[in-house]
Amino acid sequence: MESTIIKSRNFNASFGSNHVVKNVNIDIPRNHIIAVMGPSGCGKTTYLRCINRMHELIPGATCEGEMKLNNDDIYQMHPIFVRLKIGMVFQRPNPFPNLSIYDNVIAGYKLNGVKLPKADRDRIVEQSLTKVALWKEVKDSLTKKGSFLSGGQQQRLCIARCVAMEPEVILFDEPTSALDPISTSTVEELFAELKVNYTLIIVTHNMQQAARVSDKTAFFYLGELVEFDDTRIMFTNPKDNRTQNYITGRFS
Amino acid sequence: MNVDNVKFRLGKSYGFQALTYVLAFACVVPLLAILFFIIKAGITRINWHFLVNIPKPVGEAGGGIANALVGSILIIIVASIIAIPIGILAGVYLSENRKSRLAYWCRLSTDILQGVPSIVIGIVAYFWLVKPLRGFSALSGSVALAIMMLPIVVRSTEETLKLLPDSLKEAALALGVPFHRVIFQVIVPVGIGGILSGVMLSIARITGETAPLLFTAFGNPYLSTNMTKPMQSLPLLIFNYATSPYNDWHDLAWGASLILLAWVLFLNIFTKVITRKWKVQL
Repeated sequence: MESTIIKSRNFNASFGSNHVVKNVNIDIPRNHIIAVMGPSGCGKTTYLRCINRMHELIPGATCEGEMKLNNDDIYQMHPIFVRLKIGMVFQRPNPFPNLSIYDNVIAGYKLNGVKLPKADRDRIVEQSLTKVALWKEVKDSLTKKGSFLSGGQQQRLCIARCVAMEPEVILFDEPTSALDPISTSTVEELFAELKVNYTLIIVTHNMQQAARVSDKTAFFYLGELVEFDDTRIMFTNPKDNRTQNYITGRFS
Repeated sequence: MNVDNVKFRLGKSYGFQALTYVLAFACVVPLLAILFFIIKAGITRINWHFLVNIPKPVGEAGGGIANALVGSILIIIVASIIAIPIGILAGVYLSENRKSRLAYWCRLSTDILQGVPSIVIGIVAYFWLVKPLRGFSALSGSVALAIMMLPIVVRSTEETLKLLPDSLKEAALALGVPFHRVIFQVIVPVGIGGILSGVMLSIARITGETAPLLFTAFGNPYLSTNMTKPMQSLPLLIFNYATSPYNDWHDLAWGASLILLAWVLFLNIFTKVITRKWKVQL
């Protein structure tokens, strides 16, 4: 099923007078893993944060253009509904330090004041933690605080927290850049499993990672979307010179 | 460079170090001296009888400070009820809107408010509440004390919340949690240690304030729990009884001083304990 889930047309974003995302047009297919790569400051994180409207939280940040989720204009929806459908995992693991592991997983329900029967909560916690391959490691310490876990486990906990809300899209903002290589590979293995139910958009600095995990890759440079194609084609036969130069390491 | 010169400089260095030790110790002396004198003068008065009885008229032995104790507690509770919610919410505003014009003025006015002499706040409360209501009341005293608490609560809340990483707020917002729930379910609970320590210190601060109560709560020789009428409080009792010509009353004032001091010490130590215990590991 090759249907588009996120669609941008002439999308621009700025911080004050600093124009960081320029005229981006992209069709992101459902149930795929999309890697977004590019040198620092190329606007890839900003673009990602525009998708679930986290960008506008920064004072002075503005954006314009078309951004659609399943043909609904994201910027016509209330940000809260957008964020329930489009989850986000951040660069640094950020579990809620005041909540237990269990409460961290159902934080999306708990903090929104949704009352669930205990059986449902238990089921959601177990399913979500199983999906991120964390259940076996933490099932005996669910009442401990989230900050008790290691960095890699915390990041998987944050993914579980996101998955528990059953979003359609999950955005990852350099999800492994604060993790050690072993945790990184655990998280990367997760992506393939999560793709069955969700669309993953992963911003990464790491070209090898983009090549390893993604189905399609977008290359941003100086705020423009230079090229967006199947990962295999991007890394073997890019159409644009700048992509070629970037993946061969001629600039970074 | 000759050896004598180096020796001289080393000597200066040791001398300076010794001076810092001596002066650091000198900072401890006043508290120890106060504790010593007050405990020495007041300890003989303290017993159960002293805590549960109201003062006896001049000439009769015995009597206690129950009216002042109850009065102080009531006035402080009401002051806290007024100041804490306002202070915490204003602190939340300041940490969320660091650069707005209102934040600038709010910060400036809390800073200045902190420096306003307590007697002036007492006079203001007198003109705002005592005169229009035609009578001294404990409530007007509470309002005066609440004004004194406010800056401490506001600034400690702001300083605490400012230190929390933005990623924490983003984590909650990215889950579709509305702003007010982010504040009350995530930001405030994580910063609760720091906020509470500010609240406790502000209570410790107003516990001993006499000036704002002089022309508001006024004082009352009897036990009263009516907030709309004059009420006794510990600092007022100490002020009135210590300046009286009667030895019995002086003893009562010493005892009350000890209770007041113990209260303030307890609050300070308690604050240290809760900030350590409730500190959330980020």
